[in-house]
Amino acid sequence: MSSGGEFGVLVVGAGPAGIAAACAAAGCGARVGVVDENLAPGGQVWRGEAHPEIDRLRQANAKVLSGAAVFDAPEPGLLLAVADGRTIALRYQRLILATGARELWIPFPGWDLPGVFGAGGLQALVKGGWDIRGRRVVVAGTGPLLLAAADYFRKCGAFVALIAEQAAKPALARFAAGLLSHPGKAGEAAALRWRLRNVEYAASCWPAQARGDGALRSVVLREAGREREIECDLLACGFGLVPNAELGMLIGCRTSRGAIEVNEQQQCSVDAIYAAGEVTGIGGAELAQVEGAIAGFCAAGEPGRARELFAARARARRFAESMARAFALRPELRALPAGDTIVCRCEDVVWGRLRTCEGWRHAKLQTRCGMGPCQGRVCGSSLEYLLGWRRDGARPPLVPVAVQRMLDAGGRD
Amino acid sequence: MPDPIRIRVDGAVIETAPGTTVSAALLASGRLATRRSVTGMPRGPLCGMGICYECRVKVDGVEHVKGCQTLCRDGMEVQLD
Repeated sequence: MSSGGEFGVLVVGAGPAGIAAACAAAGCGARVGVVDENLAPGGQVWRGEAHPEIDRLRQANAKVLSGAAVFDAPEPGLLLAVADGRTIALRYQRLILATGARELWIPFPGWDLPGVFGAGGLQALVKGGWDIRGRRVVVAGTGPLLLAAADYFRKCGAFVALIAEQAAKPALARFAAGLLSHPGKAGEAAALRWRLRNVEYAASCWPAQARGDGALRSVVLREAGREREIECDLLACGFGLVPNAELGMLIGCRTSRGAIEVNEQQQCSVDAIYAAGEVTGIGGAELAQVEGAIAGFCAAGEPGRARELFAARARARRFAESMARAFALRPELRALPAGDTIVCRCEDVVWGRLRTCEGWRHAKLQTRCGMGPCQGRVCGSSLEYLLGWRRDGARPPLVPVAVQRMLDAGGRD
Repeated sequence: MPDPIRIRVDGAVIETAPGTTVSAALLASGRLATRRSVTGMPRGPLCGMGICYECRVKVDGVEHVKGCQTLCRDGMEVQLD
């Protein structure tokens, strides 16, 4: 096992929150490390972009370890990560969790067909170098992410046949009215709306079935009690975001509705641990940056500089709350999966077998649901929405690793 | 324009730009399905961010490599299910 370094402040995640936290702490003179599992900093929202914040991180006095996935937190002050097939030990005095969020999927018939992707998922894959010019894309699910994704696909030369938003018009109208108190956001929204003026946007609309033989050919959507079928090459669908709270849970941090609980200083319930960004509650990149900076200043021992950002955080939080209300998932979506719809993709467990189980642990033991490589991140989040099942904590390894990686850790000094 | 790099997928040569992920290269070559589920159903990448593991392929003899978080390298050998 090798040492990845000893840090005054160690940040997990190099998205908007993690970058802001690292730069803030480094600016205070702390010895800062950032560990991120992606190929390069930027998280999801700035993936593959030459964003000024990423430059700021590169220029900051911080050691950035990309391509490294944290898999254990065996004792206070120590994280274990795997990179390039090797185990790396990272020691810290203060830890900032900026592990972001992942997409939520509600399984529907055919959602497991090749050609069906997450909304952010398709965007990420295209950013990875896939030219989708001329492809026909349907975007479905919920949230501002659908618009951002559709805008991106359009820019890439794909034809977006439809944006299907499950929220109802009145909810969306309330949200639009609320934008008036956030002028910057209103301007952004208007510009986005203009760019998407030729793309059909349907409210109260959601996917009922993805059809195709071995790969996607068309999507059947339900809207106002009627069904319509749209031929398409690609379906980009996502039903909101879920915090990646697993590392925080492993450390013992208190969570609330799946998000890590923090106080005004972005401190968690466990000593010396901070959290910022989507992992503390879904709120968008701007809020993530402010929270990250507050966490960075506080972890580096300069709470005065953090206090200057409290007003900005409050404003960004209010906007986030209005979004959460507008895009709340409607109860009809609980009827989306059919009895033979795959819910656990890793172990091919269908809805018919799961809906009669007593809870998460029972389902795991009876069906192997949640025991595959995603460790319940995909199916567990779906089942929490569908049946209200809480998953029971997190255990190491947080990601699948070769047994040797854990044995290597045993030989630490 | 940087020189293209070449990878082999089940023996077939694919050209791709440097900086392309394995998943993107596979998708661009028309391979939307890159693995089989435990009951043999065709599957391809879903989340694009390393969470779902549906993008996993064998790279240079190593199993369970996430295509979405791996860059293509000239001479790389990829094997699908």
